[in-house]
Amino acid sequence: MKKYFSLYKKQFILGPAFKLCEAILELFVPLVVARIIDRGIAQADRAYIFKMGGVLFALAFFGVVFALICQYCAAVAQQGVGTQLRNDLFRKINSFSEKELSRFGTASLTTRITNDITQIQSAVAMLIRLVFRSPFLIAGSLIMAVALDRKMSIIFIVSAVIVSLILYLILSKSIPLYKKIQAKLDRLSGIVKDNLSGVRVVRAFAKTDYETERFEESNEELTRRNIRAGNLSALLNPLTFAILNSAIVLILHFGAINVNVGRLTQGQVLAFTNYMTQILLSIIVFSNVIVIFTKAGASVARVKEVLETNASVTDDGAEDFTPDFTKPAVSFNNVSFSFEGSEEKVLDGISFEILSGQTVGIIGGTGSGKSTVVNLIMRSFDAESGEIKIFGEDVGKYRFSSLRKFLHTVPQKNTLFSGTIRENLLFGNPEASDAELESAVKTAQAEEFVRKLSDGLDHVINTDSKNLSGGQRQRLCIARALVGDPKILILDDSFSALDFATDARLRKALSEDRSDRTVIIVSQRVNTVKNADNIIVINEGKISAQGTHGELFGSSGVYREICLSQLSESEVAAE
Amino acid sequence: MKTLFELIKYAKPFRVSFILSVLSALAGISLSLAVPVLIGRGVDCAAGRDSVDFVSLKRVCIELVCVILLSAFFQWLMSYCSNKLSYKTVKLLRNEVFAKLNRLSLGYIDSKSPGDIINSVTTDIDVVAMGLLQGFTQVLSGIVTILGTLIFMFLINPYIALAVVLLTPLSLFMASFIAKRAHKKYTQQAKLRGKLTGYACEMIDGAGVVKAFGRENETQKQYEEMNLEWEKVGVMAHFYSAMTNPMTRFVNALIYGLVAVFGGVLVIGGTITVGALASFLAYCSQYTKPFNEISAVIAEFQNAISSAQRVFNLLSEPEEESDEALPELENVRGEVKLQNVCFSYDKNDFIKDLSFTAMPGQTVALVGPTGCGKTTLINLLMRFYDSKGGVITLDGHDITSVTRNSLRGQFAMVLQDTWLFSGTIYENIAYGKPQADRSEVIAAAKRAYAHSFISRLPGGYDTIINESNDNLSQGQKQLICIARVMLMDPPILLLDEATSSIDTRTELKIQKAFAQLLEGRTSFIVAHRLSTIKNADTILVMQDGKIVERGTHTELLEHGGLYKKLYESQFAVY
Repeated sequence: MKKYFSLYKKQFILGPAFKLCEAILELFVPLVVARIIDRGIAQADRAYIFKMGGVLFALAFFGVVFALICQYCAAVAQQGVGTQLRNDLFRKINSFSEKELSRFGTASLTTRITNDITQIQSAVAMLIRLVFRSPFLIAGSLIMAVALDRKMSIIFIVSAVIVSLILYLILSKSIPLYKKIQAKLDRLSGIVKDNLSGVRVVRAFAKTDYETERFEESNEELTRRNIRAGNLSALLNPLTFAILNSAIVLILHFGAINVNVGRLTQGQVLAFTNYMTQILLSIIVFSNVIVIFTKAGASVARVKEVLETNASVTDDGAEDFTPDFTKPAVSFNNVSFSFEGSEEKVLDGISFEILSGQTVGIIGGTGSGKSTVVNLIMRSFDAESGEIKIFGEDVGKYRFSSLRKFLHTVPQKNTLFSGTIRENLLFGNPEASDAELESAVKTAQAEEFVRKLSDGLDHVINTDSKNLSGGQRQRLCIARALVGDPKILILDDSFSALDFATDARLRKALSEDRSDRTVIIVSQRVNTVKNADNIIVINEGKISAQGTHGELFGSSGVYREICLSQLSESEVAAE
Repeated sequence: MKTLFELIKYAKPFRVSFILSVLSALAGISLSLAVPVLIGRGVDCAAGRDSVDFVSLKRVCIELVCVILLSAFFQWLMSYCSNKLSYKTVKLLRNEVFAKLNRLSLGYIDSKSPGDIINSVTTDIDVVAMGLLQGFTQVLSGIVTILGTLIFMFLINPYIALAVVLLTPLSLFMASFIAKRAHKKYTQQAKLRGKLTGYACEMIDGAGVVKAFGRENETQKQYEEMNLEWEKVGVMAHFYSAMTNPMTRFVNALIYGLVAVFGGVLVIGGTITVGALASFLAYCSQYTKPFNEISAVIAEFQNAISSAQRVFNLLSEPEEESDEALPELENVRGEVKLQNVCFSYDKNDFIKDLSFTAMPGQTVALVGPTGCGKTTLINLLMRFYDSKGGVITLDGHDITSVTRNSLRGQFAMVLQDTWLFSGTIYENIAYGKPQADRSEVIAAAKRAYAHSFISRLPGGYDTIINESNDNLSQGQKQLICIARVMLMDPPILLLDEATSSIDTRTELKIQKAFAQLLEGRTSFIVAHRLSTIKNADTILVMQDGKIVERGTHTELLEHGGLYKKLYESQFAVY
């Protein structure tokens, strides 16, 4: 965090400095008023009163100028720190590999880059505006009081200590209460979420009464806690009000005794009461600052956690070079992989080779490790041991940018971004021509529905692309991967939203598109991989067999089992 | 205004709290306003050396202590009552909204994003409570403070009071001048901020794709550009809004100075005492504060009104028709008949003239391209949606002539997206039959082939399922859902087969479990798996909301239509 402070060093020094100047001016006001009473009024000196009036005006004028400078510094630093933090956080998130992304979760990362930074921003503004001012005013008032009369100031010190104690007690009790309330609120929205996503099940089982009861119970608990926390905070204002005004009564009482013996003047007693009021106001402001800072502290920790996490996969030590595209496209040599903290190996010593221009199917159940193979080729993860080569070169030797130029994937989740279809298609290669886009759309079997849209490629996709069906989104994702003519195309379970007929047409078009392209199809469906040049069967992290459909059905038990769960004997034989 | 009245309806049960909070606000504030007067009198008692009036001072001090304590008590009572009022109203409103969700038509729920609805139940209602109810007490106490201060000031000295009143508009003018400018910048800023947040959300969600295409630098550049744009506007927005406080304080200080000077002159003239001047100065420093507070509250008010509108809009959405007077459906054999059923989600016809009969114990497979109306049929049978024409009967009873709950009780439903709620596995299986004992639940799990994997889990049947169900695979969740309907044992089965993402071994178990389920039940299956399709008694091939072909597997293949095309496409060579 230091880095961000030093970027706005000027603001962090000037802001509070000007605020302090303003506070000092403010502290003089009661003194000036005391002078008006003790000298101007006592000696019936009108000119003196007007002079002091001028002083008050000057104090007010310089006060507001100083305050405005401080506020400006605060605004600049607040927004600047926020902008810097957001940029850095975004860059960090961009650098994360699969492992870090899944560790934090996208929802949590989004909250951190939005809400948490907003919290930090308001804390920065508070820091500049108030953090120094309130304690300074409290201390200043105390010092002024001591300077006025040492004995009388005992009342100040005692009451300030009591009020601080009360503040501490109430805040230290209520802050954890608010945390619990947040947890209860999360639970409540969890129930609503359950009920919305499962609305059909809830109604099919006629469980609405049960769900309502569950909700009301949780709601009751939340309300009870809210009221408890509210009542605790409700004590704060009346208590400080009572204590500080009681202190004023004491000041009046002892002040009068002193006035009677001539140790104090009437104006000084008035000044005492004014300082007391100032202390009261400052303490209340300070308690608000504390609440904001506790909230911001949690946010700082959450943002820091992200900034201090380093991507587990980087392209440091990579070189710029063009590989020999005739060499084997992908080769795995005794590759093993396991997730951190897990004993179990996801991949256990697998070796295979995919020749340039081949179409290869990878089949296996969920958790078999086939998606991990894809992630390793793309360097979303690094292998634990063994060697992975792309076109004859170690995968670690490629820069991410060059690797991703000739290796395109279609992910399992059909993610499109808001914007036009064209903008989405240009994602892999911003320089592609319209003819290229159209050919990709045609190969991906998306031509028909894109043509039906009134604005064709310029059709705007909403956030979450709700205006397209799952199958349409999937086909656009495939088209996006085709743009830029990749040497290797990986389809990771990319046919799940397509019906069988489209699935088949698409595979046919793909094979006709470019014969020298290496295509890797990962799937659960036997039909999708059946006609590949080579099928790799992965089971529990190991390659259990590889070969063509015909060879495997005869020789591999696992493959046979998968086939028979999806097809009948005669269908398996049909070629 | 209408919104406000509607809210008052919900606050009605707590009117005692409401009245008490208003009364104690009045009492607490009036008493606290008397404090400066008393302090001023106290100061007057200590005029100078040897002239202190200790008798009066003692009386003033005693009065002060009483006033302070009473005022503190009433201030506390006000917060206490308004807490109770607002939180209890929130509770009622929340329960009402949740109950409403349970009565809303599925059409509404399907069309809204769940995030929006959850937001209404949580954040919106909170904003309403804090903004309208607590805002009300704040405005009230602000107005009382202003009026009370004015009255006290006029009582002490009408001339100075008049001067203060004349200067007040200056402060207000200043505040509104700044507020207008700040507001403009703020709306601009809110827009830019929304844009930036949206972009970040999308890119973080799609981080995989951004990486896969090596677009990190471009997205970073675009993000930084948007961020910079916001920074420029943001600094000004923050500065303008931060100006309000020093500027109004400046006006305050001016008024304070003027009062000190003219008050001083008046004291010399003997019109007022030093103590009165002291009270005046005390009033001056608190007089303008409520103006700032009220303007802040009004901004919150507008916010709260729009939240309240969202909540009340939700509450006024049409519900499923009440079926309390209708008879229950009992002892069903399972004959399902559709006659000329029509349905549409919007204005365009979707399902047209659909008719077929399923005899008890038959298996009907629904086949067709995506979006052909297979899922809609399930929605109609379960009465999640009502048909717009034609009749659906169950054992000859029109399904609209019986209660929804008894109708739905006849169906076992397993959908593609499995739904488990956060709770133990046991609770999830027993969901439809909470009175079932443990042996029944286990028996159901055994029949669903779920028992073996459940027993291997560290907590067995008492394993708690996380909110994201991370500890179970998709297939295992499916098996638990099957166990759930096994326990219910209803006569009709609705099945939406899962297509992918299930590993082979679990897949085999699920098939066996489905086979168990099918036995002796009328079954409707949205089919993806060939084995299911082939063994069905009737296959309905749907396209564009119509049944285009029907028959058994062999019949349809011989017929040589859409079904044959669909079937053969699977074996197309590429």
